[in-house]
Amino acid sequence: MIRTQELSKHFRGNGSPVKAVDGLNLEVNEGEVFGFLGPNGAGKTTTVRLLTCLIAPTSGRAWVNNLEVGRADPQIRAQVGILTESPGLYERLSARRNLEFFAELYGVKDAKGQTEKYLRLLELWDRREAEANTLSKGMKQKLAIARALLHEPPVLFLDEPTSALDPEAAKTVRDFIETLRGQGRTIFLCTHNLDEAEHLCDRIAVFRQRLIAMDTPEALRRQLFGRQTVVDLARFDDRFADAVRSLPFVKHVEAVQGDEEAGKLVISLDDPPAQNPRIVLTLVDQGAQIQFVNELRHSLEDVYLSLIHNGDSGPGEHPHDWGQGAAQ
Amino acid sequence: MNQVSTVIRKEWEDAMRNKTVLSVVIVVPLVMTALPIAMLFVMGRAPVAAGDLEEMGRLLSNPIFAGMNSIEAMQSSIASFMMILFLMMPLMVPVTIAAYSIVGEKVSRSLEPLLATPISTTRLLVAKGLAAAIPGIVMAWICYALFLIFARFLSASDRVFAFFVDPMWLIAMFILAPLLTVMAVNVGIIVSSRTSDPRSAEQLGSLVVLPLLVLIFGPMVGLIMLNSTTFWICSVVVALVDAGLIYLGVALFQRETILTRWK
Repeated sequence: MIRTQELSKHFRGNGSPVKAVDGLNLEVNEGEVFGFLGPNGAGKTTTVRLLTCLIAPTSGRAWVNNLEVGRADPQIRAQVGILTESPGLYERLSARRNLEFFAELYGVKDAKGQTEKYLRLLELWDRREAEANTLSKGMKQKLAIARALLHEPPVLFLDEPTSALDPEAAKTVRDFIETLRGQGRTIFLCTHNLDEAEHLCDRIAVFRQRLIAMDTPEALRRQLFGRQTVVDLARFDDRFADAVRSLPFVKHVEAVQGDEEAGKLVISLDDPPAQNPRIVLTLVDQGAQIQFVNELRHSLEDVYLSLIHNGDSGPGEHPHDWGQGAAQ
Repeated sequence: MNQVSTVIRKEWEDAMRNKTVLSVVIVVPLVMTALPIAMLFVMGRAPVAAGDLEEMGRLLSNPIFAGMNSIEAMQSSIASFMMILFLMMPLMVPVTIAAYSIVGEKVSRSLEPLLATPISTTRLLVAKGLAAAIPGIVMAWICYALFLIFARFLSASDRVFAFFVDPMWLIAMFILAPLLTVMAVNVGIIVSSRTSDPRSAEQLGSLVVLPLLVLIFGPMVGLIMLNSTTFWICSVVVALVDAGLIYLGVALFQRETILTRWK
């Protein structure tokens, strides 16, 4: 649905060119919610602008819905919806007129009907005649989302859709994105909100001028940190850790003694569901009193920060290799 | 063409809700029309002072006042200076609309979603240009027509009225005025690309009226004479300037330039 091949965009700075996007290779599948993560100034907005044909690449190629950027720009623009970082509404016009205007520009046949549909869907119908400048931030954002959807685009670019929204408004927007996923649209989501990415995205890419890593959040987690089982023990003893270390499939054991007698073992494994029973048996044989057995689940924030910080020293040849490398 | 009319309609709707723009589009032209009408009225009734006789003599030596008596010459000459104001309207109105239309979009950040639509850059530029230009030209013509209606009754004679519909003024209103409008629209776009505040853009853009001062003060100091030839020459000069400004305006009004270089 979206594919880039060594896509680059360099801007003329003071003297030397500034690389905003450098050799980006990615592929976003049809119907996927794809998270595009990166720090401020990473080039996320530039990437969105490239893919929506707002700016031209310096080099490389890109395809959106099988149409090549630079060769079929008007067609691509007609097939993508974009939610820019700020809602960018016509403040003196009513909510209804804001949508009707864009519906007409996109050539929607029933502009009025489509406007009504999305005003109702986003619960803005009662405020349809209100000037945009009288709407709350959340309402403006919803109106901007409606604007991006008026022409029923198969591909949607959402740039920071919940930034600057209060938690309730952000949840409304997130819920709406969930419903869009159900409609089979491809969604390219730029966000700083890692919980949002974790919750909404099928796959994520971590990006800073270059692609650092790209996979499902779970796969990146595994690549970076492996799979780890945590065993909470009522009474800690070093021989429990030694017994687990002696098992051939155990990769690494970290023993953590608590304030009193209790402690825990953090065990790195390849296949916890298959290997956990052996570990439990071994510990029980040694007389350990097991309180809990859980899988250690690193947050997406851990994954992101690890990738970004390791990414400072330069990405590897393949994004996956880089993630794997960082995990070792 | 639908997209162009859609943008024009939206621009006007937006402008109608903007009091600053509305005052420049409607109030200022009406005031500018009232001035020559008032001068006609006053000149038709005020006795000619002795000190003015010398000036009259100079005026009457201008061939365009040939055959007029002192009151007729006074009415024609003063009103004609004021009629230059009609040429200011196609400059001021478009500059103001263009400034608010483009810088306003920059401020509200609505340009990016607009540029993300399938409308071509050329159509968008034409639509923005027409949305700014049409009110300027139409207001100038309406005000000129309004002036002619009043002039019909206030002119000292048919010869004075005939002076106001002289080919010289028809050239000014129907050839020079549209050319000035094109100039104003492009100045509005160029200025808008470099400012981030509509008022600054409007103020900078309004400097475009400065060359018109030559047409107001030039005849007073004997530098130029208001006649058809003068207006033809002005039209050619403005057309050449327009060509350069259109080139610059089109170069500046490109999607990538707007998004990456307009600050």
